[in-house]
Amino acid sequence: MGTGSPTTLFEKVWSDHVVAAETPDTPAILYVDLHLIHEVTTPQAFTVLRERGSRVRRPDLTLGTLDHSTPTTPVASFRDLAVAGDSAARQVQKMQENCHEFGIELFGFGSEHRGIVHVIGPELGATQPGKTIVCGDSHTSTHGAFGALAFGIGTTEVGHVLATQCLLQRRPKTLSVEISGRLAKGVTAKDAILATIGQIGIGGGTGHVIEYRGAAITAMSMDERMTVCNMSIEAGARAGMVAPDDTTFTYLEGRPRAPKASAWEASIERWRSLKSDSGAVFDRSITVDGNRLSPMVTFGTNPGMVVAVDAAVPDGDGGPGFRKALDYMQLQPGQRLSDVGVDVVFIGSCTNSRLSDLQQAANMLRGRKIANGVTMLVVPGSQQVKKEAEALGLDQIFRSSGAQWRESGCSMCLGMNGDTVPRGKLSVSTSNRNFEGRQGIGARTVLASPLTAAASAIAGKIADPRRYL
Amino acid sequence: MQAMRQLNSRTVVLPVNDVDTDQIIPARFLTTTTREGLGQHLFHDWRYRDDGSDNPEFVLNSPEARGCEILVAGRNFGCGSSREHAPWALLDYGIKAVISTEIADIFRSNSLKNGLLPILVQPDVHARLLQNPGDTICVDLTTTTLTLADGSAVTFPIDAFARYCLMEGTDQLGFLQNHLGDIVRFEEQRPWTP
Repeated sequence: MGTGSPTTLFEKVWSDHVVAAETPDTPAILYVDLHLIHEVTTPQAFTVLRERGSRVRRPDLTLGTLDHSTPTTPVASFRDLAVAGDSAARQVQKMQENCHEFGIELFGFGSEHRGIVHVIGPELGATQPGKTIVCGDSHTSTHGAFGALAFGIGTTEVGHVLATQCLLQRRPKTLSVEISGRLAKGVTAKDAILATIGQIGIGGGTGHVIEYRGAAITAMSMDERMTVCNMSIEAGARAGMVAPDDTTFTYLEGRPRAPKASAWEASIERWRSLKSDSGAVFDRSITVDGNRLSPMVTFGTNPGMVVAVDAAVPDGDGGPGFRKALDYMQLQPGQRLSDVGVDVVFIGSCTNSRLSDLQQAANMLRGRKIANGVTMLVVPGSQQVKKEAEALGLDQIFRSSGAQWRESGCSMCLGMNGDTVPRGKLSVSTSNRNFEGRQGIGARTVLASPLTAAASAIAGKIADPRRYL
Repeated sequence: MQAMRQLNSRTVVLPVNDVDTDQIIPARFLTTTTREGLGQHLFHDWRYRDDGSDNPEFVLNSPEARGCEILVAGRNFGCGSSREHAPWALLDYGIKAVISTEIADIFRSNSLKNGLLPILVQPDVHARLLQNPGDTICVDLTTTTLTLADGSAVTFPIDAFARYCLMEGTDQLGFLQNHLGDIVRFEEQRPWTP
């Protein structure tokens, strides 16, 4: 890449972090600016460090939280962890020991900053444009909403970053996803990304970093951009990015870990250059017409099996995989999704648990009751989100409607902490994966926006949120 | 990590597309703090019935699958979460290579770091493998070739560095640590600091 030739946002952030260039024989060594860690994907990495007698090279660039294996009921003492199960409790304890031993800052149960790793990074202002951010979690793509290059890694790589602050990486390809036009009322960022995954396919982004562009993306808040980037991995792309702009800078200004004073001004100046140059070439490009989007729901067992909420279950390819998915979901081709009964509604996860997500759901539930027989769990993304929501009285709205209001964590997105959907029950969930058994053994998951989830809770059936706005 | 040069094995075929890591190992088994013993939970909810007994319908429970070290799977194997528990579970069970037309990025990267060989093949080769479960095939990392039961051979792509590490049975951390001088220089010379 010669100087002066137009480059993409991804290429700018990538080349800014190359410690040693890749060769045919060896991958690039890529520097990591922020390493986020949680209890599930780190214990084995700390074990390797200990075996090798290594220390954590840059604890100052490492932040820990507890989110996956934690109860969403209050935790005052170690005993309170038991509701998530003994091994989950031990895992949480191990994380506390590891962070203490290696000198890593951990947002534990006493901290007002604890929460889902992909909610607290941005909330603290630690997530910033132009940074490389990794975490042993595939939804690390969330942080790309700020123009960071952020992607999930495995536990061996967590060990690499802990020991050296670097990763060995081959440069991925680039995929431009332009979401044009304007989203209609009742159509959210979640619907836009579900429709995009339906269009690309769940393996369509493999080997690529996505840059989301277009009028619909530019008009989105940071919360909405995070929802979009979060689900990049559901299209197979390890990272998704949005060029930073005034929306980004306004969000970050004044946050605890954001640059201050003259450093802030200098940062803004640098961040403004983080965009794809006109004429920059992407390996692939697709366009999604934002004007034509409806609220979307999944009907199968992966996030690419998605249709408009007012549509019927499609006929599909008739292949064994499609039939197996419908059998699991107990749905038939041609069946109207709006006739499907709902047992559980989950509002939460790193996809949709931020304040604006909760506000949307609460606005719909205000003065209404959830249907008889529906269990609804609202799990804020962080203790900070919980506090802000409570200051606005959202907890009261949820409780009055019949929903449960919980402590922050990953909760029912993956059911590691005991918050699970019972076997055979249908859950409308604002999370990111509708894989078989994801929310509990035999659980049937329908992915949707917070608006669609709230509407479905009221109706007791999968519901079009536009009828309740 | 054990060094790997050649692998001769019968195949076990799982003809399902988009097998996600939640199927390979469900999240409720991730509360462990070690990497050992995960093979017992491999494909748990497909492999066992509700009462805990083996599900006779599932391919890994067939008598022919015993001892197979090569798994042939549908396209886009290993999609979903970054859990390295997925390759750990496969390896602990005894699988040493996975063959598909597409393998998800993070799963592939995790596999290579643990001695589980992800092999990408063209659709025609894939179709032949899917149609002939139990075939004995040979994987040769030194020549990056896959020799099918009928003696025909195809080459498969693999990153040169990952191949070297697999063949030597060495992990990649040592390589990074040898570049510590470059890393320090990078930190000192960059125009901004995180």
